[in-house]
Amino acid sequence: MYAQMVKSTGEGLKSREDMSPEEAAFQDKIDADIKIEPKDWMPEGYRKTLIRQIGQHAHSEIVGQLPEGNWITRAPTLERKAILLAKVQDEAGHGLYLYCAAETLGVSRDDLTEQLLDGRMKYSSIFNYPTLNWADMGAVGWLVDGAAIMNQVPLQRTSFGPYSRAMIRICKEESFHQRQGYDIMMKMAQGSEAQKRMAQDALNRLWFPSLMMFGPSDADSVHSVQSMAWKIKMDSNDELRQRFVDQTVPQAEYLGLTVPDESLKWNDEKGGYDFSEPDWDEFFDVIKGNGPCNVDRLAARNKAWDDGAWVREGLLAHAEKRAARKTAAE
Amino acid sequence: MSGLSKSVLYDFCLRMGDNTLILGHRVSEWCGHAPVLEEDIALANTALDLIGQTQFWLGLAADVQGEGKSADDLAFLRDAWDFRNGLLCELPNGDFGQTLMRQYLFDEWHWAMLTALQNSSEKRVSDIADKAVKEASYHLERSRDTVIGLGDGTAESHDRMQAALDYLYPYVGEFFEADTVDEAAAKEGIAPVLESLREGYDAAIKATMDAATLRLPDSRFAHKGGRNGRMHTEHLGHLLTNMQWLQRAYPGASW
Ligand SMILES: [Fe+2]
Ligand SMILES: [Fe+2]
Ligand SMILES: [Fe+2]
Repeated sequence: MYAQMVKSTGEGLKSREDMSPEEAAFQDKIDADIKIEPKDWMPEGYRKTLIRQIGQHAHSEIVGQLPEGNWITRAPTLERKAILLAKVQDEAGHGLYLYCAAETLGVSRDDLTEQLLDGRMKYSSIFNYPTLNWADMGAVGWLVDGAAIMNQVPLQRTSFGPYSRAMIRICKEESFHQRQGYDIMMKMAQGSEAQKRMAQDALNRLWFPSLMMFGPSDADSVHSVQSMAWKIKMDSNDELRQRFVDQTVPQAEYLGLTVPDESLKWNDEKGGYDFSEPDWDEFFDVIKGNGPCNVDRLAARNKAWDDGAWVREGLLAHAEKRAARKTAAE
Repeated sequence: MSGLSKSVLYDFCLRMGDNTLILGHRVSEWCGHAPVLEEDIALANTALDLIGQTQFWLGLAADVQGEGKSADDLAFLRDAWDFRNGLLCELPNGDFGQTLMRQYLFDEWHWAMLTALQNSSEKRVSDIADKAVKEASYHLERSRDTVIGLGDGTAESHDRMQAALDYLYPYVGEFFEADTVDEAAAKEGIAPVLESLREGYDAAIKATMDAATLRLPDSRFAHKGGRNGRMHTEHLGHLLTNMQWLQRAYPGASW
């Protein structure tokens, strides 16, 4: 998922008696599955939490261009290059829809961008891992887009209208990405010895970071309880992670690849797999900025933004000149 | 088709397809690094269109060649001296202004060329042109607007665009200088007489540069050597090293 550890600003869940009439009416709408629209009244905590969550999701789409962009110029066939270009273009488009959804809450895209660039806002931990061989383009689509879908499909029903509509558009494209990723993995897993080795290496490196995408267990988190009551979080992190493992393990088996977890075992009783937790110390290191690529990713985004300043200023100046000429002519 | 016609058509398709391949590759290098999100999307879209057109042109070249090769074989397994793109396409991206100026100078030619090719005597060529011309006219509209916007923007953006134009203009002439391949292609009605496109091109870029408050260089000096492969720039080899790496390192693998 692209939004991890989003803190809600509420102090925890309010009881009905403690709610103001406005808050109670707001909660009633949510309970009745009536969408909240930007001009509707909403608690400040709801608005702020959503800005963080949607902003983090948008930033993830943007930074997420980098690990895949890393292979566009080395894609091995014209078709693979075209598919990868189309995918990365989609991701930029997802960023755009999401920034637009966030803007309806009264924050500008430039403001959110500044917060990404100076490190105040985060993006998904997964994009701080490197893409080292061509099979990573398969594994990213299969696992990373796959994990994103796990989270985003339920979010199509989220309470905030613009976010829900953005998710509906995005989910269609994400499932296409996942299929393309799996298709690359198939080719690699059925290919030469070297290709099989690439595929296994990609799975080895990306398996646990993909599980981390759902965030640490949030069973006891006050933030999650509030977010779930507001329907901006639909399932617990552990539920989503379990669903992802249950879906992905048979796919890995079909590919003839080994999931790098010796404790992985089907559990008949719970009707799902038992599996090892990722290394949460590593996760918190990555969140703090110490992942293998954090510094490079942020530097790349900052460079793009700084190098592009003259372009943005130039186009703005031109638009102003044109507007002035038009007024003068009238 | 006679042996001569075949070799003319093959060379012609390589020239079209290598332009779109090499330029598409260059544009794709921007992915994730553009000045603003809308430009990331637009650049990826341009690259995607150009790679798509490459599949058509190199696919046709491979068919005409008749040696059982694929478009991928031609893209990934030829060395620099066998590439037939105009030198303009292989020049480095530079800053965003240089990239968009290169794109505009190419798009203006590309659009005129594809428009003419819609009347090609060779059906397979006119079919590709029919599809590609729509994309090219969209690319042209966008690159022209951007060149005008940045030329007539701030003092800095103006100066950068002027520098880009001064650097790139000497690579324009090559697209209009016919050699024996072009003459034969024109004679068979496969392609237009190249020189016939120049007048319209000159008028179009003059109008754009005027609107952009940019000055076209006086000198019509033209670098050449890309379209016939006689002498590419040093840049092409590096581009191919990157692009062809997987196919070269793991020969025969299926991807
Ligand atoms: Fe996405
Ligand atoms: Fe994604
Ligand atoms: Fe995706």
